[in-house]
Amino acid sequence: MLGPNGAGKTTLIRIINQIIEADQGEILLNGARLSPEHITAIGYLPEERGLYKKMTVGDQLIYLGQLRGLTRKEANLRGKQWCQKLGIIEWWGKKVEDLSKGMAQKIQFIATVLHEPKLIILDEPFSGFDPVNAELIKDEILGLRQNGSTIIFSTHRMESVEQLCDYVALIHKSQKILDGSKVDIKEQYRDGTYQIEYKGELSTGGQFEVLSTEPSARGLQASVIQFSPTANPNDLLKQLIGQVEVHTFVERIPSMNDIFIRNVKGDSHE
Amino acid sequence: MNKMFLVLEREFMSRVKKKSFLIATILVPLIFPAIIAGMIYIAVQSEKNKDVEKVRILDESNLFVFEDEKKYTFTEVEGTLERAKEEFAKSEDLALIHIPALDIYDPKGITFYTRTSPGVSMVSGFERDLEAKIKNMRLKEAGLTDEKLKELETDITLASFNLSETGDEKRSDAKSTFWIGYVMGFMIYIFLFAYGAQVMQGVIEEKNSKIVEIVVSTIKPIHMMMGKVIGVASVGVVQFLIWIILMTAISFVGLSAVGLSMDPAQVQEMANSPEASSLQQNEKVMGMIEMINDIPIMQITLLFIFYFLGGYLLYGALFAAVGSAVDTPADAQQFMMPIMLPIIVALMGLMMFVFPDPHGSASFWLSIIPFTSPIVMMGRIGFGVPAWEIALSMGLLVLGFWFTLWLAGRIYRVGILMHGTKVNYKTLARWFMMKN
Repeated sequence: MLGPNGAGKTTLIRIINQIIEADQGEILLNGARLSPEHITAIGYLPEERGLYKKMTVGDQLIYLGQLRGLTRKEANLRGKQWCQKLGIIEWWGKKVEDLSKGMAQKIQFIATVLHEPKLIILDEPFSGFDPVNAELIKDEILGLRQNGSTIIFSTHRMESVEQLCDYVALIHKSQKILDGSKVDIKEQYRDGTYQIEYKGELSTGGQFEVLSTEPSARGLQASVIQFSPTANPNDLLKQLIGQVEVHTFVERIPSMNDIFIRNVKGDSHE
Repeated sequence: MNKMFLVLEREFMSRVKKKSFLIATILVPLIFPAIIAGMIYIAVQSEKNKDVEKVRILDESNLFVFEDEKKYTFTEVEGTLERAKEEFAKSEDLALIHIPALDIYDPKGITFYTRTSPGVSMVSGFERDLEAKIKNMRLKEAGLTDEKLKELETDITLASFNLSETGDEKRSDAKSTFWIGYVMGFMIYIFLFAYGAQVMQGVIEEKNSKIVEIVVSTIKPIHMMMGKVIGVASVGVVQFLIWIILMTAISFVGLSAVGLSMDPAQVQEMANSPEASSLQQNEKVMGMIEMINDIPIMQITLLFIFYFLGGYLLYGALFAAVGSAVDTPADAQQFMMPIMLPIIVALMGLMMFVFPDPHGSASFWLSIIPFTSPIVMMGRIGFGVPAWEIALSMGLLVLGFWFTLWLAGRIYRVGILMHGTKVNYKTLARWFMMKN
């Protein structure tokens, strides 16, 4: 779930978590209307997150697990397994105030997934993690997806969208302005620009337009070319081969970052 | 409901596990009797070592004869008032009494001089003394002999009883009921503030640590708030019960030790001398000993727990609402006044209306209205309150705290998710009106 600040991402997430109620509309989870029974099926890691500072890691995980419907015993067992897995088991009996920020983040992540929720909602999960821990958590998230959980992932960081997401929804000013699978959306936003490296001179009389040209390594020229987005790239290649010696030929696929900016900016100009 | 209990349990355990809880629970029952015992000790010592005070008498009427007593010796001085005052000012003496030439049927103009403001009991002691002397003079003029006057002296101590409708007699003691009322009312007052502040502190901490969003995604805010409020309340009740048990035990041991070390005749004598303001401590001791013996401790303890819980829930909810609305304790100040006001009114009402007139209409209303009843009713209870009044007061208190819980819940559910908002009463009203 993408969107600029103030678009309504957190509000939507809070509605799904039944923290606040929607003014209108309804939310269905597997076809059933959202109800308090779903609380045990949802795991939520808010963007503004914290822990009880004076409580020990273990007590905290057991308490939060129980709030999500686990028994004390289950929460204790699973909490310890997760801490083992993330390498923080020796902190089980320590108070949270003695932990580093990264460790506290791990505890929060464990608390989110402890009850094996079917739906996991992560609001900016990587903020505050160093690259090593971010990688660790990313692997865990992918593992959870592998095991059949649905993950709603709210973020500003486009590189994590590129890496992790299958589907994308873009929210702007409380409206969904774009959604679909990441592949489809990228397909949709193909604009027929290509990046080529070549030897020789490009003539400008073809069915393509040269947007920019600059010298590249080994005496080659590098150009960005605009071609019809709907046409077959082979047609472009054929034309190019007729004119120059082609060394590289890459279609410029729009990044999620580009798509995001194009949508949000375009809208704000209206 | 289940989850509310989880919140309650967490609140309870996290507070009971704190070292400060252990320290307060053990130290208070030790310190309280220690302070009382210390005060008694000082009172007894100061009485033992007390110098006999000198009082100068300038009697221009030549009618009065003052005999030295245990506490005062009297010296007659001669000359003008100006001179007497001058000399008195230079002396170390306690007081100068100037009696002008007067008519015993219209005694006017007697003046009492001291270097510092005298205590009320000292002045009234001399007043009584002079009144008795003048009365005796008048009686003598009416023809009574000295022997007859001696025979007229009596010493009365009232033994007072409460009569119930069924005819049972119950010994009553104004002093001990006063002390029960005072201690109970004051304890509720302190508890309301102490535990109310704890709830508020807890809510602010939760809000600041950002744990709150995770918790409210699993439980309704109102249940979270109630779990918290009741969790802190149960800490209070447990602490109170431990105190009662420890203090009763310690008081018995401590008081009997102090009581035994004093000659009973001496105690009696000290308790009887009205001038001795420092000796009121001893009356307190006597009152407390009687209190412990005569008072239905069980009934009062149960009522205390009810009124503590009721009053605490009523105010605790409001404290929680304030905590939820602000980001720092400093921001909470502006909302504290309207909450503190009725609590303070209750305590002042206890002093001003209930103790002088425990069954007057001000006492009645203050002990019925839920916002003041926990303190005032506990203050009144020792004086014997009709059952229907207690029932009405209890019923209204229950309604009262349901009302404040509902009101506070509506503010709490919005407030805890708001960060960095500038909050005033208008904002609170808007949150309150916000539909679910």
